[in-house]
Amino acid sequence: MATLLDQYESIVGADVIDQLRQLARLLVGKNVLHVNSTKAGGGVAELLHRIVPLMRELGIDAHWETISGDAEFFQCTKLMHNSLQGKRMDIPETMLKHYEVINAENFGMLRNSLEEADIVFIHDPQPAALIENLPERKGRWIWRCHIDAGRPYRPVWRYLKRFVQDYDASIWSLSEFAQRLPHPMYLMAPSIDPLSDKNCELSREDLEKTYERFGLDFERPIITQISRFDRFKDPLGVLHTYRLVKEFIPIQLVYAGGGATDDPEGEEVYSQVMTSAGDDPDVHILMLPPDDNLTVNALQRISDIILQKSLREGFGLTVAEALWKAKPVIGGDTGGIRLQVVNHYTGFLVNTPEGAALRIRYLLKRRNNLKEIGERAREYVRENFLITRNVREYLTLMIAIMHEAEDRIELA
Amino acid sequence: MVDPFTVRDCALIAIATGQSAQTLAELRDKLDIVPASSIYYHFWGGLLRPRFDDPEYQNDFAIWVRHSIHDKPLAERLALVNPTDFPDLEILRKELIDIIEERMDESEILPWIKASQSFYFVRSQIVIFDTRRRLETPEELGRHIPHMSLGSIFYHFIDARRRTPLARDDFSAWLSGFGSRYALLTEQVSHIDPYFINLMELREEIAKVFRQNELTEGI
Repeated sequence: MATLLDQYESIVGADVIDQLRQLARLLVGKNVLHVNSTKAGGGVAELLHRIVPLMRELGIDAHWETISGDAEFFQCTKLMHNSLQGKRMDIPETMLKHYEVINAENFGMLRNSLEEADIVFIHDPQPAALIENLPERKGRWIWRCHIDAGRPYRPVWRYLKRFVQDYDASIWSLSEFAQRLPHPMYLMAPSIDPLSDKNCELSREDLEKTYERFGLDFERPIITQISRFDRFKDPLGVLHTYRLVKEFIPIQLVYAGGGATDDPEGEEVYSQVMTSAGDDPDVHILMLPPDDNLTVNALQRISDIILQKSLREGFGLTVAEALWKAKPVIGGDTGGIRLQVVNHYTGFLVNTPEGAALRIRYLLKRRNNLKEIGERAREYVRENFLITRNVREYLTLMIAIMHEAEDRIELA
Repeated sequence: MVDPFTVRDCALIAIATGQSAQTLAELRDKLDIVPASSIYYHFWGGLLRPRFDDPEYQNDFAIWVRHSIHDKPLAERLALVNPTDFPDLEILRKELIDIIEERMDESEILPWIKASQSFYFVRSQIVIFDTRRRLETPEELGRHIPHMSLGSIFYHFIDARRRTPLARDDFSAWLSGFGSRYALLTEQVSHIDPYFINLMELREEIAKVFRQNELTEGI
């Protein structure tokens, strides 16, 4: 059976995998520990499910542990998450004390692993306070912030900073998300996994079934947005865009979002979208189970153009997922979408439904351009947003952090 | 006897400096204080990170002035700065500041126009490692170049100009050790301008020069 590295080599090429092996040679046998708060669900768990086995295949002694907590703990970390994203949410003192207690309890359980590791990656705020329980550390500790914390609610950030500033380094997805800290703040864009259900190749039969399942007509163009029912994703703007295009071209719209949401506004936004969609048979508003990745994959593949018309966005990895399927993306001019959508190269950045409608009409009229942009988009993702690039950066960072923070690290 | 060519590779990782600019005046002020590695990154780092070539503006400063400050004259002047013309990054830094100040003198409001997006200064760390490959002859080097990683191309062709006393790429420096037999090849390799192409195109251009010489000189 082909190893993971062999499978990736068939996608990214031998020189990319060879470079990973060369870098990993310098880290063979190092004990590397990743800690987050869940093994299932969410982008971080998805990433770790792949990155840890890949590191092990490369000869690194990589492990993954999760912390556990009760409802109050996760309520607190959810508030932290929202506050880091800019919502003004005060967290009661008792809840913060509970957060520290749970971290201390988890430290007790993970103590041996944390003490023995040469490099510890702590993902997101949930386990961030583990560090205060180990003042004398043998290994290097790195905090990985997967959240857009560019404009955090200051009282909550000030609290979290007490722990985070003690780390040897932090990692942020974009420079505009990073907060000033007294250690190196590495920048690492997230990535997608081409072998996952969300991104793997699908058979023609699977795609045909998707048309049938959702009553889609394969003769007419399909425009799709995959997003939660969240105002920042501008679902009503997407509907407005659809109507503006529909006056000229008989398109179909798919708006597919996850069903389980911890956002209380989700239900409200969903009903507003349903009301606005009315009984138009060409508007397909789909509430999908959160782990229905194969359906999302198929919907992206049968679409002509993908929208990500967000008004505010973190990194927006759904864009890279769509580009990987050779689809042009029309995205909101915000956050990480700007790094992935390059005007005329991989799609178009827009600010209004009118702008989005214009670009859809342009691409549907100029099918050759649509195809060319799609092909370029896939190559752009192959070079920049696949998990192998993420692994390379993790390896580079580990080597760099073990050799102090010099600008040039020359290894024999 | 020429020593074998040691193939090295490198990987670059970006680090936020915590400095950003919202106006031209701020860009000028921050340029004065950011580490030299940040200036290096904003000229050359684009080769190793997600970016499409901008045919008009070849460095991050010019791109930002064009697209966020919307000042074409300054963007054009900054785009013309070729970093390979400067013996070190401090001189390059001074040149950038001079160009910006000269333009600020031409307009009273330009220094204070708020950019549509901030400029974030980033620096980089470069990890250089030995691939354990040793190439004995120019022919062997020619055969190997198409298979080199983009990191190796960056290190031996771009980074070498900053690293070596003669500011020369490693390939032509090594070839020159073989004397007149490879003089034409050496000259052609050293004349490749890396500034307007990406690393894949650069690798192909170097490989092409080797191929052409194979035909003309029987390498």
